[in-house]
Amino acid sequence: MNPSPPPATPLLCLGVESTAHTIGLAVASSTGDILLNINEAYAAPLGRGIHPREAAQHHSAVIPTLLRRVIASLDVDLAEVACIAFSAGPGLGPVLRTGATFARALALWLDKPLIPVHHAIGHIEIASLMTGAQDPLVLLVSGGHTSIVAFGDGLWRVYGETEDITLGNLLDVFAREAGLAFPGGAVIEALAKTGRTFVELPYVVKGNDVSYSGLLTAALKQLRGGTAIEDVCFSLQEVAFAMLAEATERALAHTERTEVLVTGGVAANERLQDMIRSIARDHGVHAYIVPKKYSGDSGAQIAWTGLLAFQSGVRVEVEKSFVKPKWRLDQVKIPWR
Amino acid sequence: MGALVRKGAEAALYGATWHGVPVMKKVRLPKPYRLPQLDRDLRRSRTIHEAHLLNDAKRAGVSTPLLYHVDVAHATLIMEYVDGPRVKELLPHLPRGERRQLCHRIGELIGRLHGAGIIHGDLTTSNMIRRPNDRIVFIDFGLAEYSTEVEKRGVDIHLMKRALESTHYRHAKACYAAILAGYAHEVSPAQAKDVVTRVQEISRRGRYTGS
Repeated sequence: MNPSPPPATPLLCLGVESTAHTIGLAVASSTGDILLNINEAYAAPLGRGIHPREAAQHHSAVIPTLLRRVIASLDVDLAEVACIAFSAGPGLGPVLRTGATFARALALWLDKPLIPVHHAIGHIEIASLMTGAQDPLVLLVSGGHTSIVAFGDGLWRVYGETEDITLGNLLDVFAREAGLAFPGGAVIEALAKTGRTFVELPYVVKGNDVSYSGLLTAALKQLRGGTAIEDVCFSLQEVAFAMLAEATERALAHTERTEVLVTGGVAANERLQDMIRSIARDHGVHAYIVPKKYSGDSGAQIAWTGLLAFQSGVRVEVEKSFVKPKWRLDQVKIPWR
Repeated sequence: MGALVRKGAEAALYGATWHGVPVMKKVRLPKPYRLPQLDRDLRRSRTIHEAHLLNDAKRAGVSTPLLYHVDVAHATLIMEYVDGPRVKELLPHLPRGERRQLCHRIGELIGRLHGAGIIHGDLTTSNMIRRPNDRIVFIDFGLAEYSTEVEKRGVDIHLMKRALESTHYRHAKACYAAILAGYAHEVSPAQAKDVVTRVQEISRRGRYTGS
């Protein structure tokens, strides 16, 4: 018998997340460990949405502190990092450019390859890493995406999605208009738990697609008409999540996959989790939910996906490392799956 | 109840006998994840709806299962058992010419539905069966509705297109082109053009489209 080869030194990737509210730096190892994950979120003033320029200014102001924390960390020596990954899109232009500028500078300074990462692929890969899901139907629910996708022949294929606003958007805008704090999802979830009376709201499923804009308008109308906010939050969640659960169930029946994975910021919502687990039980498939710690935007999703991409030979020259604010998930070639 | 034939997303299908005839029982079972009130309303309204539309589709010249009995209280439809493979399984194995013909035919049938003011609402290759006599049967009208709006027609075709792109990506382009050709053949080229333009608009409306 040949002796087993000595263990190779694990590869490390430093990832920079900067697509919306969150600026994050993280280091992922090819052993599957996240060695470091430091994130800071820009908070918009109450009652207002995110302003791209202000968010970008916030991010560039905190980046030096974050980098100092990475350098000071005992876990990681920057010189040992094999590559620098950054969120190249989709997202808000000024915010993307801030993160990209920093990542380029770092790559040039350390003389390391630069890896562009699609933010949503990051949500899927970090969730797969943390849950062990192999080839799931993925329900991706965040501020930027509401998509039902599965992998096939090199690309993520979209089976269903929102036809207008995303689930994260629906919750955030409702919360903002209702004067609730950001992020809206958590506040709405807490209020919904004390709601008891169901008010009828438009339930719109089209095939595996959903449409949320009418629901948002109707929920706000209920609120302004004097319905208790707890009851509106309760009804809003019940309808919005049931629509998505139904669309997911349809896609599950159509694709006949044996795993379903929920990822993205809204994956932290327990009521949505319950619904997806219920469907999975009913169809005898395994449900995986991204751990709460990795549901929201983070550097970890970029670092880990960047590492996978790096190991498959994905690179971008600094001169050509443009950001792509409207980069579509189903257009990203995935050589590592 | 009979033997479970298929557990779909919305309903369970059971093979059974009804007055000596082999039938398919489509039961919209309660969804434990849904609020009971919402669940009851949806199952009830979709059962009634589907019953109406299955018959109206026939009037439009589109084959659908024969409907024998409607049991609203149990959200159950008793229908003819349709024999044959689903287009989903069939499509990848057909020679190119036959595949094009089949898609052209599907396009014509969608055109007939739209021409009669019917929107299917869930056009996928899982919802089409080819009988041994080569006739295509459309099933699952639970999300169908009556409309002649270009927008609704556009969404219907958009869903069909996406089903091709996700499930049949190797043949999606050719199949979609053949479906559109069949559709235009049925409704009139001018109407078809309006719908196709709308489909492009709908695709652009989604998040992160463009470059």
